[in-house]
Amino acid sequence: MPAPTRPSFTLAGFLRGARYSLPLWPGIVVFGSAFGAAAVQKGLTFAETMAMSAFVYAGASQMVALEIWPQVWTPANIVGTTAVVAVINARMILMGAAIQPWLKGEPKARTALNLFFLTDANWLIGTGYHAGGGRDVGVLFGAGVVIWVVWVLGTLPGYFAGALIPDPGRFGLDLIMPIFFAVMLSNLWKGWRPARPWVVAGIVAFVVHILVPGYGFILAGALAGAVAGAVLE
Amino acid sequence: MSAWAAAAPAIAILAMATATYLCRASGVVLMSRIAITPRIERALRALPGSIVAATVLPLALDGGPPALLGIAAAVVVMRLTRFELAALVAGLAAVALLRAAGL
Repeated sequence: MPAPTRPSFTLAGFLRGARYSLPLWPGIVVFGSAFGAAAVQKGLTFAETMAMSAFVYAGASQMVALEIWPQVWTPANIVGTTAVVAVINARMILMGAAIQPWLKGEPKARTALNLFFLTDANWLIGTGYHAGGGRDVGVLFGAGVVIWVVWVLGTLPGYFAGALIPDPGRFGLDLIMPIFFAVMLSNLWKGWRPARPWVVAGIVAFVVHILVPGYGFILAGALAGAVAGAVLE
Repeated sequence: MSAWAAAAPAIAILAMATATYLCRASGVVLMSRIAITPRIERALRALPGSIVAATVLPLALDGGPPALLGIAAAVVVMRLTRFELAALVAGLAAVALLRAAGL
């Protein structure tokens, strides 16, 4: 199917993005339910659990927030927990920077809404589509909205019935995001020369991952890759 | 229950949601204020693949042989079929089989 090559925002794009997100639904539901189940065990109320999924809407950071969820909230541990969440999600700053040229002509209010739904999965879908020459911003938005709905709904069964699959590792589901990322990387592939910064990014990320606990490795590696991209050529 | 105790969880979640939204939005806002020189353009062009590589490689190496072979299987199927779902299923199946085999 030909993709629109001029910047646009269409219903057809929205539906295309929704369709591209389909392969990820099972994984999202499994992890949404895992979050719901873990939230119950931590003693979160139903409203708190759903608010986390609906408004924070960032799986890894939600899980880590649960791990450090205090019995009693104080201003200090609110700041601490928020800082941890921000560090885990700092990679989104770079994801946003990478798609900014695509969003340039968009109305500001629509971009503000669009970005609320920005997450790894729809960013990857949008980036792969954009790399293939597509410019319909509806694809990014459609994938984002649909994945948000699936994530929020996926939280429900976990809250009420426990995780849908108690041992996701048995089916490899704990690796679904890295596998999906790798598949998308092969979509972005345009030969070794443009891929040199990616090698730098991967190596720096791995070294930082070994030396520094936490999720900073994504940010460090991606920045190193961008710098390599600017310097090389 | 004091007013603070009643409101604190909502304040905490709102703080986390706001911080995350700022992460989502700030990259776009920042780049819209920066003049895009050729150097920055090259950096931006390298960025998507770099984010993906920086995410995948450490997680893949952490996961050992099943993760590496699962990712390899997914990439091979993707190159052959150009069909994401088939690649994803192949990758997961490879991981599941290797783990079942005790690797």
